Amino acid sequence: MLGWELPPHNSGGLGIACINMAKALAREGADIDFVLPYETEHETYDFMQVLSATHLDPIYRYGGGAYESLRLLEKIIPTNEKNKLVSIRDIQKTYSEFIEKYLMDFKPDLVHAHDWLTYEAGILAKKNFDLPLVAHVHATEFDRAGMRFGNPLIHEIESEGLMLADRIIAVSEATKRLIHEKYHIPLNKIDVVYNSLDENYDLNQYNFNNDSYQYLSKLKEAGYTIVSTVGRFTVQKGLQHLMRSAARAIAKNPKIIFIFAGDGEERNELVQLSADLGISKNVIFTGFIRGKKLRDIYSISDIFVMSSISEPFGLTALEAAHHANAIILTKQSGVSEVIWSAMKYDFWDEQKLADEILAISNNPALYQALRDNVKNEYHRISWNQVAKKCLKIYNKTMKHKGIN
Amino acid sequence: MRAICLYLHIHQPIRYREYSIFEVGNNSNYFNDDYYNRQSNERIFRKVTEKSYRPMLDLLEKNMEKYPGFKVSLSITGTWLDQAEKWAPELIAQIKRMVDRGQAEIVGETYYHSLAYFYNLDEFNAQVDLHTHKIQEIFGVTPKIFRNTELAYNDSLAHWAEAKGYKGILAEGWDKILGWRSPNYVYRPAGCQNLKLLLKNYRLSDDIAFRFSNRDWSEWPLTVPKYHNWLDMDCLRGPLVNLFMDFETFGEHQWADTGIFDFMNTLIPAWLGEYENKFVTVSEACDLMPASDEISMPETITWADTERDLSAWLSNSLQSAAMNEIYALRDQILATNDKDLIRDWRYLTTSDHPYSMCTKYWHDGDVHAYFSAYASPYESFMYFENVLRDIEYRLSTSAEENKF
Repeated sequence: MLGWELPPHNSGGLGIACINMAKALAREGADIDFVLPYETEHETYDFMQVLSATHLDPIYRYGGGAYESLRLLEKIIPTNEKNKLVSIRDIQKTYSEFIEKYLMDFKPDLVHAHDWLTYEAGILAKKNFDLPLVAHVHATEFDRAGMRFGNPLIHEIESEGLMLADRIIAVSEATKRLIHEKYHIPLNKIDVVYNSLDENYDLNQYNFNNDSYQYLSKLKEAGYTIVSTVGRFTVQKGLQHLMRSAARAIAKNPKIIFIFAGDGEERNELVQLSADLGISKNVIFTGFIRGKKLRDIYSISDIFVMSSISEPFGLTALEAAHHANAIILTKQSGVSEVIWSAMKYDFWDEQKLADEILAISNNPALYQALRDNVKNEYHRISWNQVAKKCLKIYNKTMKHKGIN
Repeated sequence: MRAICLYLHIHQPIRYREYSIFEVGNNSNYFNDDYYNRQSNERIFRKVTEKSYRPMLDLLEKNMEKYPGFKVSLSITGTWLDQAEKWAPELIAQIKRMVDRGQAEIVGETYYHSLAYFYNLDEFNAQVDLHTHKIQEIFGVTPKIFRNTELAYNDSLAHWAEAKGYKGILAEGWDKILGWRSPNYVYRPAGCQNLKLLLKNYRLSDDIAFRFSNRDWSEWPLTVPKYHNWLDMDCLRGPLVNLFMDFETFGEHQWADTGIFDFMNTLIPAWLGEYENKFVTVSEACDLMPASDEISMPETITWADTERDLSAWLSNSLQSAAMNEIYALRDQILATNDKDLIRDWRYLTTSDHPYSMCTKYWHDGDVHAYFSAYASPYESFMYFENVLRDIEYRLSTSAEENKF
């Protein structure tokens, strides 16, 4: 399995999806080597072997940005690899070289590559070693660029990877359609496998204590409704639309607080926008949070909004559902294909989103029905089903290749 | 003697459109959606007119002309008549011709197709009287037989109907009530002296209404000889077969290309071809024989779903909230004497509205989802509540006016 991150060094849903999938696959009897582009004191997993392709620090796995200072680079990059690991492309190259070396000694039945970062290595395995390749699409460059064109180089790598892969796994029907329309891949080569909630989510020792966000608890007691969103602040997430909807909703009902949890390049713009709209008093920015702090946000909020312009799946919606939030999703999110008990809207429809937020905050019956009913739904998708489906796809792919 | 009592229910609700909270107080047009929008009553009415009302009424009228023994009973809601007067007045004229020939009988019910009986007896009486007046005005006849919305029936409703002077009442012939008894007889509701009870033969009715075009059904395709044979067999249990169904069965639920019109066109003469067979209207059915037994239904029975109860309309918290709120406004609404306001408020009592808020089988995407005019039960509730807010706003402004 070729991946780019695993928790705790994950920046989003990709790492979480990978570890859960690997764990469930191992339970079904799969023997997995998972290759990462960085080296770290990993908690060891008894169900798979984790290999490091470089000696890089995890923080540096996406390479240095164009504006990163040399001094910072010197600090992060191990001296012996200084010249060859400056950009993400360098890291990908080293990653591929590692895969090549690894495959000289060892021949797996199948290579499962997660997202464009690992597709080149996957292609290499297929071309030079004749291994069946399954490309897993968690997101495409169109998603990351908010359905605008994005980076042409990434498109090319994606295109090649999807074209050469024996089978493709998409995380939703929406992603499957996008792969078909934008990359011209025949639909019958693509299977849809939905993600699920982290299975430790239920078991993990988590206790919400009301003190974590005292200010918010007080507001709630005073009859405020808390609306939250969680994610990277990037154009893909449609947060500017959400902010403008917030202004509309607050104009009707000033007792609504919006929490923007996360960070990203849009942060300053969003702060500015909230001030321009005159609602900065009702908007809270938490910065990047994870773990218990994130769960506290879910716990304290009443409504969770996923405002993404494009969201291949959208794991945070399941997490919020677990914490008994009423869920509002854009119709463009993959998770809206599996969650029925939610309000839905088109990402550009700021008025409808405001309508939905107001309806839930004004009608206890609606709030209660949404949060109760969604609980019966997200439980129905489990990682075990995901693994079973993946194994079926593996077998189909290998059979096709004449391997049994 | 063997008789078929064919009774068809003609109804279209006045749907509220996707009415935003931002329109409350500014725009009280809830019911006239743009022609091409999802909730356009005009578009839906015209569509069903072409697919079902017109071809089926033509079929009925032609058969009446050809066979003086062919008769039918119709229940026609006020909301249907209101729309037909605007968009297809020729349908009303056609039904009037059938009534004048003495081959069609009109059944009484609530004007607004509401479940007012279960919420407010005064409102229920008012809506039944409104309907009676409308039928008298248009068709020049007074309904003698009563059917409650969704065939919702219990013992106390029977007592009400007897006190009101009706000759008979319609209900579902549900096995759990009937036990070993057959629906093919006339019964007497428990505690009534003169009122007759006609029970739907749901097997033979649903063979046409639901299963006719179902290719997974072992009896598909349903031919006239086969169905005629079933009628013969069933008549051994009793001489009166009550076929109760939606008028839209013909052309809308079962499309023309399933052969449903040919089936009826062939069935009518085939049935009448045997000397002992006839068709009767609901009043004639009541006169056919004395009541064979007394039947008690303390619990409410309807003709919907496998449960045959009111749960499709009144089981979840959204439905109860919406209905409780609307009926709570009654006294204030009537006190305004504002005709438009009273009419708009009554349009909201139509049972189709809470039906579209049903979450019972929502995630399975079954019949409820298929027939709903809204994207989800939650959205339906949201728009309903928004409309209600505007009704309340109009109440408050008319109260202001009355002060001066």
